[in-house]
Amino acid sequence: MTTTTSTRTSARTGTAYLIRGGSLLGRGVEDLLVRDGRIAAVGSAAASGAPQDAVTIDADGLVVLPGMVDLHTHLREPGREDAETVETGSRAAALGGFTAVHAMANSSPVADTAGVVEQVYRLGLASGWVEVRPVGAVTVGLGGERLAELGAMAESRAGVRVFSDDGICVSDPVLMRRALEYVKAFDGVIAQHAQEPRLTEGAQMNEGDVSAVLGLAGWPAVAEESIIARDVLLAQHVGSRLHVCHVSTAGSVEIIRWAKARGIDVTAEVTPHHLLLTDELVRSYDPVYKVNPPLRTPDDVTALRAALADGTIDAVGTDHAPHPSEHKECEWAQAAMGMTGLETALSVVQHAMVDTGLLDWEGFARVTSVTPARIGRLGHQGRPLAAGEPANLILVDPAARWTVDPTTMATKGRNSPFRGLQLPGSVRATFYAGHATVLDGRLATPRPVPAADEEAPAWNL
Amino acid sequence: MKHLLSTHDLSARNALRLLDVAEEMAAVGDREIKKLPALRGRTVVNLFFEDSTRTRISFEAAAKRLSADVINFAAKGSSVSKGESLKDTAQTLEAMSADAVVIRHPASGAPARLAASGWIDAAVVNAGDGTHEHPTQALLDAFTLRRHWARVGGTPSAGTDLTGMKVLIVGDVLHSRVARSNVWLLTTLGAEVLLAGPPTLLPIGVGAWPCTVHYDLDDALAQRPDAVMMLRLQAERMNAAFFPSTREYSRRWGFDDGRLALLDALGLDDTVVMHPGPMNRGLEISSAAADSPRSTVLAQVRNGVSVRMAALYLLLAGDPHDDVPEQHDLPALIPEGRTP
Amino acid sequence: MTVPASESGIHKRVVLAEADIDRALTRIAHEILEANKGSRDLVLLGIPRRGFPLAQRLAQKIAAVDPTVDPDLIAGQLDVTMYRDDLRRHPTRSPLATQLPPSGIDDKVVVLVDDVLYSGRTIRAALDALADLGRPRAVRLAVLVDRGHRELPIRADHVGKNLPTSSRERVRVHLAETDLIGGSAVNEVVIEDRV
Repeated sequence: MTTTTSTRTSARTGTAYLIRGGSLLGRGVEDLLVRDGRIAAVGSAAASGAPQDAVTIDADGLVVLPGMVDLHTHLREPGREDAETVETGSRAAALGGFTAVHAMANSSPVADTAGVVEQVYRLGLASGWVEVRPVGAVTVGLGGERLAELGAMAESRAGVRVFSDDGICVSDPVLMRRALEYVKAFDGVIAQHAQEPRLTEGAQMNEGDVSAVLGLAGWPAVAEESIIARDVLLAQHVGSRLHVCHVSTAGSVEIIRWAKARGIDVTAEVTPHHLLLTDELVRSYDPVYKVNPPLRTPDDVTALRAALADGTIDAVGTDHAPHPSEHKECEWAQAAMGMTGLETALSVVQHAMVDTGLLDWEGFARVTSVTPARIGRLGHQGRPLAAGEPANLILVDPAARWTVDPTTMATKGRNSPFRGLQLPGSVRATFYAGHATVLDGRLATPRPVPAADEEAPAWNL
Repeated sequence: MKHLLSTHDLSARNALRLLDVAEEMAAVGDREIKKLPALRGRTVVNLFFEDSTRTRISFEAAAKRLSADVINFAAKGSSVSKGESLKDTAQTLEAMSADAVVIRHPASGAPARLAASGWIDAAVVNAGDGTHEHPTQALLDAFTLRRHWARVGGTPSAGTDLTGMKVLIVGDVLHSRVARSNVWLLTTLGAEVLLAGPPTLLPIGVGAWPCTVHYDLDDALAQRPDAVMMLRLQAERMNAAFFPSTREYSRRWGFDDGRLALLDALGLDDTVVMHPGPMNRGLEISSAAADSPRSTVLAQVRNGVSVRMAALYLLLAGDPHDDVPEQHDLPALIPEGRTP
Repeated sequence: MTVPASESGIHKRVVLAEADIDRALTRIAHEILEANKGSRDLVLLGIPRRGFPLAQRLAQKIAAVDPTVDPDLIAGQLDVTMYRDDLRRHPTRSPLATQLPPSGIDDKVVVLVDDVLYSGRTIRAALDALADLGRPRAVRLAVLVDRGHRELPIRADHVGKNLPTSSRERVRVHLAETDLIGGSAVNEVVIEDRV
């Protein structure tokens, strides 16, 4: 990809971009004009409508996709700025091809009030690399005892629609029922971290053949599946919308498939690492492979891929979880759970799903952008690549090959389980609301903070 | 062999070599001067994150008989318990030029982590990690079994394996590093292994292990094992709903006087009873069984020093940068009979 | 006698054939008896591997001269692996068995037996090993071949053959008890040299 830079850019409306020869959703080759935050024209009208000072991008051989939307990101701010900040995490997101991320609530203080979610939201606006949508905690302090002020968070400037105690399961069935019911008032969704706490006390890895050999306390699949089974039945009973975070087992897939067949309003996400890695890696005792839910078996990976392909699992969520190195440079049992994922998600999903023929690029857009945007109620993300639509899009070189080196990543976390792997696909450019945050595969500039009103919602220019 | 981390990854060749060298080390233990100069000038650090006086003094005796300098580092109650990481501890030992680190740790995999991390260049010997492995315990058990098997067969033990031997391991397999190390090592050496214990104390995934599983101890004894290895029941398991009561556990899975008599009734004259110690007398093993002529408990302790000498010798004596396995183009010359 | 260079580029020369070895051992056996003024208190300790069968053969020959001697009761094996000064320079060697005659070595005349005397370091190790096992009245050394190049002040009391060699060459002793060459047991001493 080469860019021909114009000398003059408009401060008011930003640069216009004429993207030439890209393959829209991996199908037809069309030109595309990005201007004033929107896709101004598609096809022959793009070139003819381009202003004199438009930057032309040669996208020959590249795939044009809607910007990816992550339902599950840990940005660590406020509280653990040594692990990640909104700034570093959203830089990583832009490089990874995201135009929106949902920042999980397990910060310190917990995002359980309008004040904290607005703080995170404003930090996202100020950073300008991607749209940062805070997730609100379901219970006060993730304590699992009292509902947080869900309505206040929904009505705040952050406009929270996704609520989750992620990291901790809302295990109390009554509390879960109330939460599912309550968020119906503002079209919210409860994103459940499905983990039966008693069955997973001290759990270190998937319970099975490998844990038996390694002598590590098991995290049985049933601890996830039993909660999902309970929650889909609760969602059916109260007529609510349920989202299941990071589905990791073949049994969970079967339960969700059953629930969907019964018309229950459930959606589910899978992480890139659960689409590729298995618990065999734990034999090294290297805590870079320690994650919650744990890496499972090859049979689970196969089932998860098939479920993502057939729509049983709706979306990819990275569960990007950066940790400072001292939390991983230790014994397995003492190590923190979690892996970084923003900068490897596209490549891992391409490798696991596209290059295997399970999904085409349109399917990729569905699971990484269109559906997660719909689940998060982000009306301006995951849109069609058509004239008049918001210009949240990425240019991807599917033929590229690169070797993962965590030390060169934008995230502060060095805990990538893909370290040293050669992966396909690279993000060449990211356009967030028409602004190029990534060009030539490198960070460009953040989208300027809307000048008129610093607190304006992200999209309303 | 650069480290001794598990028996799961130990080849039959290396296992036999360890046992054969241990035979020579045992002969040294019978001499008046029980010391060899092989590791003079080398430093062995006993890094114990868990209390285990028995294992620690066994390694200490082994290192000292080989003339190594020994530093005992009881990490419990030291700077480690004040939050110092394994990494910092390891780098401290590296700065002190430790040649070998014998590590006992409550976390499964800590020795493997130490060996693979690059924090330290020393040879790492796993002296028991969490519920993972305790390879030198299994080696001393195998050594004890091999000597017994050779005596029964009327052959010298050096160079032989455990083919044809049937070993029954009884008790809390789920939490036992001794059981894991023994399952892998004994099967590698050709023995047939049977497990018996309450289903709650057998790991999910045990079906993939190279052994048969019995829930009833008497059924397992009817399989005519040549050795019965009783596992220690940890106190913390007793109140965690793995079984209703210690009385019921003892009745169903304890090696009591009745089962001792059963061995006689079955005509199993050469069957030995093993225990890694320390024993809960009256719980997993009766006093009569522990003190009977069938008991190998004291022989196991004695053999522990020989096996640990062998491990330290094989890890430390040679050129550390030359990991080429020794080639034996000739069978080892083993004189018949041995005079002290 | 010269054997043509093998394919591996190693030139082999047989310097002692079976009959030569036998004659040399017979002579050494007589020398030992003469030096000791009889078989009294004699103990022959072979250094593994090939020193041990040589010690056994010498014991047989001594018994042939002195019928009061039981060859099995005067020959033994002394492993010196753990006493070597070059352990760190090689991959780890497994120690072999040490087997002393029932009489022990205290106040005995111990004849150390080895196949080739070269640097002398093996014998130095053997002397240290002996000291940990007991206190002989005297220690002597018998070797089948002395090839020179000593690095320590050690010399043999009884030598089968002095063999001037270059340090590039290797001296190989093959004995029926320990070596199979091409599937058959042979007794020979060979000098190998890279061509």
